[in-house]
Amino acid sequence: MSTPLQPPPKKNPQNRTLSPTRPPEARSRAALGLTAAAAEGRFALQVCAACGSVQYPPRDACSTCLSVNLPWRDIDPHGDLLAETTVRTSTNLYFRERAPWRLGSVKLNAGPVILCHVHGDVAPRSPVRLINRLDRAGQGVLFALPLDRSPNMEDDPQLRALTSDPKHRRVLITEGRSDLAPVLAKALVTAGASTIFVGVSETWRPNPQQQALSEIAQVEILPLDVTDASSTRELAGEIGGKVDILINTARFIRPGSALTRADTAFAQQEMDVNYLGLMRLAQSFGPGMCARTADGVNAATAWVNILSAHALMPAPGFGSFSASQAAALSLSQSLRGEFRGAGLRLMNVFTGPTEDDWHQPLPPPKVLPRGLARSIVAGLHDGLEDVYCGDVAQDLIARMRRDPKVLEREMTMGAADGL
Amino acid sequence: MSDSRAAGGQAVDQNGGGISRPQQSYEGVALVAPTSIPYQRYSIETAHWWIARALGTALRTAGMKPAELDGFSVSSFTLFPDTAVGLTQHLGLTPRWLDHIPMGGASGVISLRKAARAVQAGDADIVACVAGDTNHIDSFRSLLSSFSRFAMDASYPYGYGGPNANFALLTDRYMHEYGATREDFGRICVAQRHNALNNPGAVMKKPLTLEQYLDARPIADPIALFDCVMPCAGAEAFLVMTVEEAQRRNLPFATISGAIERHNAHASDPIQLRGGWTIDIDDLWSQAGCAPADIDLLQTYDDYPVISMMQIEDLGFCAKGTAAQFVRDHDLTVTGDFPHNTSGGQLSGGQAGAAGGFIGLVEAIRQVTGQAGPTQVAGASRAMVSGFGMINYDRGVCSSAAILQGGQA
Repeated sequence: MSTPLQPPPKKNPQNRTLSPTRPPEARSRAALGLTAAAAEGRFALQVCAACGSVQYPPRDACSTCLSVNLPWRDIDPHGDLLAETTVRTSTNLYFRERAPWRLGSVKLNAGPVILCHVHGDVAPRSPVRLINRLDRAGQGVLFALPLDRSPNMEDDPQLRALTSDPKHRRVLITEGRSDLAPVLAKALVTAGASTIFVGVSETWRPNPQQQALSEIAQVEILPLDVTDASSTRELAGEIGGKVDILINTARFIRPGSALTRADTAFAQQEMDVNYLGLMRLAQSFGPGMCARTADGVNAATAWVNILSAHALMPAPGFGSFSASQAAALSLSQSLRGEFRGAGLRLMNVFTGPTEDDWHQPLPPPKVLPRGLARSIVAGLHDGLEDVYCGDVAQDLIARMRRDPKVLEREMTMGAADGL
Repeated sequence: MSDSRAAGGQAVDQNGGGISRPQQSYEGVALVAPTSIPYQRYSIETAHWWIARALGTALRTAGMKPAELDGFSVSSFTLFPDTAVGLTQHLGLTPRWLDHIPMGGASGVISLRKAARAVQAGDADIVACVAGDTNHIDSFRSLLSSFSRFAMDASYPYGYGGPNANFALLTDRYMHEYGATREDFGRICVAQRHNALNNPGAVMKKPLTLEQYLDARPIADPIALFDCVMPCAGAEAFLVMTVEEAQRRNLPFATISGAIERHNAHASDPIQLRGGWTIDIDDLWSQAGCAPADIDLLQTYDDYPVISMMQIEDLGFCAKGTAAQFVRDHDLTVTGDFPHNTSGGQLSGGQAGAAGGFIGLVEAIRQVTGQAGPTQVAGASRAMVSGFGMINYDRGVCSSAAILQGGQA
């Protein structure tokens, strides 16, 4: 079993915070297929379309038949650990600082031999199950787990280095007015988070979630208005050094597109909260979080955006809101690049229509706060970058991958009839 | 030498290719001017500088001017951005035959094979085969980071242990499969240190006991400090010419009884417990017309002792999986019954990059020509050299071997 992770001691402000270092980032273009699969937590390898042989390491041509058609496919992740070693010294700073580091050679049932990280609970020369996860350089890496769950297995230091596990971490939820806030706070506490900061805007107005939030002992409510740079800066000055996971739940939504509105007032508010709000939060909290990604048990680990799946393709009837979501998505992708230099993960959780007043005219299925909270926590557990929550979001991404132009036309056919 | 196995007849290609024609002999080719430039742990000089010194020394030994050289073969990891091409202009050479061998630990014998064929065919009269690398404070780390695409994609991201981690995995499996122990590996290292103490050019100067070997700092389990070579700067060289030319210049020379190479052998073995030698070894013994018992000294590629054991088995000195017993039963020092890596090898001599693929070959030429001085094996007339190179992903890809004899001056 893994040694249970202990809550970290109070930080000594006189000690220098460890500078973030990263495992090697360089990859060939072919190998980035592993990263793309890891971003969604899938175990996929190249499979030759001509002869069916499974390839690893990633190649440009099949080593059996020289076909150059090597699509990535989800495959059976089981195999046997052939040999192992524990690296005690490395010329790479990241591994040097984290030594000893266990790795092994796994013969996959599907064929190839895989060099991979090995969980501490895997017995020598035993059967294993491989998972594909992003490392702190943001690249896909393979990790061998024992077949059966073992006690505290998430606390294995090599596994925790790959995930954004909330255990013993402090989380900031940026908008406490949404009905997601108390449900998410509860889910995070259940996952072991030690403190949940909840930002609330316009504190003079009654907050319908106030009661539910204040019933959670770990919750600390603080004023935060993402449309006001001095507010985001002030809160960052106060708690920025203690935010290990930031979950941006702020959202402004109204129905309507260009022709269904008479002016740009709502559009400005949508951009101010959904796009510029993200930028203000990033400018206020990003640098501090990036500086703290190697800060021990409760190092800064993840930035989470909740986006509408219509950031990918506009929803009929919500054209202007969708545009603000697309802007936020685009910004999040640049931010992800900037965060990656420090090993801070950015996770986008794409959701279909949520069960709330603004989506009242839409037919089900709709995403409930409980489902969204579950997806967020699961994504943190697996250290993902892209999570599609609910049937609508999953349907949309599947159709998008099949043919984006076809999807665009499908989405707008019949739009004139109603929404 | 003992524990020999009769040399087999026709080679059987275990990879399924089948050898259609017998390989022609290397008759009439002479290897002269074995040259080693004493290694340094770190050097402020460049690979060009080290290669120039080795080439200059070899040419002076043969009484030649650079302009007389018409063939040049080079192996190096640290020449970037240059290749053999840039070296011709840098060093003032005008060869009509030029080669660059990027095969690491297998490069010595492979360089020899190609150069010998060029001389036999008349494409060149005299080929200088040179290997050299520098070692700056940070150059080992930067060499690792750009070694191969598979290593970049699929081995460095996992602990970044470099070759230590790769060979630790092979050693772990080898110990499990065949019951070899750390003491067995230690016997090889201790014997080589004993040999190195007679070699003034060796990097390691202090004696090593089996206790020290076993107590050493762990590096990547089960590998500890004395299982690893020390990266350093250095260069090795020899010249290839016709026997007539060597005799005309009154140079002691070695001849090639046989030589083999193989790449990416046994690709379907899940982990490397044997090398490409097993495919070609019967052919090598039949080319040379001799058997393991006729070999006076063996130079294996010893980046880690497990690889030396693998070679002792795959070259036919003992059965697969019995090298541990073999090293228990034999004395591997210069004066022992199985002289092995007589100059100390890389484990005690140091690993000067690609020169590590030449160290055993150059020492073997010295041995069979009676020029090995303090490391000379008495009465050595026939030597076997083998090379192993390039951990592209999970295993060494290149293997090579040659049998050399002292020539009649």
